[in-house]
Amino acid sequence: MMQTAAMPDWVALLTAALLLLGASITLIGSVGLLRLRNFYSRVHAPTLGSTLGTGATLAASILWFSVLQTRPVIHEVLIAVFMTVTTPVTLMLLVRAAFFRDR
Amino acid sequence: MSVSILGWSITISQVVLALAMACAAFRMLRGPRAQDRVLALDALYVGGMLLVLTFGIRTGSTLYFDAALLIALLGFAGTAAFAKFLMRGEVIE
Amino acid sequence: MTRWLPYPRLSVALLALWLLLNQSVGASHIALGVVLGFLAPLVMANLEVPRAGWRRPGAVVRLAGWVFADIVRSNIAVAKIILRPGPLCHTSGFVTIPLELRSPNGLAALACIITATPGTIWVRLDSAEGLLVIHVLDVIDENTWIQTIKNRYERLLMEIFE
Repeated sequence: MMQTAAMPDWVALLTAALLLLGASITLIGSVGLLRLRNFYSRVHAPTLGSTLGTGATLAASILWFSVLQTRPVIHEVLIAVFMTVTTPVTLMLLVRAAFFRDR
Repeated sequence: MSVSILGWSITISQVVLALAMACAAFRMLRGPRAQDRVLALDALYVGGMLLVLTFGIRTGSTLYFDAALLIALLGFAGTAAFAKFLMRGEVIE
Repeated sequence: MTRWLPYPRLSVALLALWLLLNQSVGASHIALGVVLGFLAPLVMANLEVPRAGWRRPGAVVRLAGWVFADIVRSNIAVAKIILRPGPLCHTSGFVTIPLELRSPNGLAALACIITATPGTIWVRLDSAEGLLVIHVLDVIDENTWIQTIKNRYERLLMEIFE
């Protein structure tokens, strides 16, 4: 945290809020992974982390680096696009595998 | 003032993400079935990717972005291969 | 046009991806991105992927808005179920939905939307009869789910892809 002394207050506070939001949502998802009782219920839990958890953290990163480098830094959008496309694919494959194994 | 709040928030977020990864790791070790372990692995790498991103904000370096992208890419390939393995018993038919 | 640029949208997307990865709009990066956007779709054309045509940008924007709102809403709903103290009480179960949507691209988009929303997941589709099975974490009323999927997503996806 060297070059952060000159940051406007609202940027620092908004980044902090987004980071905390993303991390807590991810934790709730993982707790769900522990608490829910069967596999088909548990499948729903990690989606929290990969949608809103990732989204909030990426938004924090975009905001922070854009202000820090005084230019739009939006390459985090790539991770967001990539996660939106791949998470459903892996989850659907897993559910189909579970369905197949249960028969 | 607000900068120190941000510093603390980053630390708290990192601890929270580490806890999330610990929960996922516990489910991965505990099972009970193979699909639960693969699902937990998926949650584990998402947590790891977010942890790397918060490290990037802490140090102010965009280099961490590439590491996060790499984790996302490899995690997807890994989970997809595991799911395929569970379905058919082999990765390449 | 169709011979040298078989997938124009893919070419533009690849150029955008290249520029985002390099974080630059310099002339040399644009040149390399154009080469990439030109060559990669030529390779794709050999795979004979079915052409993905979509129309009505207005419907796409409306769909994206609904999906975003639903993702936020169901994140909160699932978080509430997980955080409720005491033993977990929710009635999870499978819901069967008759679909009229037939376009493969539309079905792929629907699968991504349903699975990306916490609380619902795509299980399987009987494509001959158009019966979709999804798993829902908290089924309160089966008909509400069927109506939500059909009215909110299927109608818009049919407008876009068919």
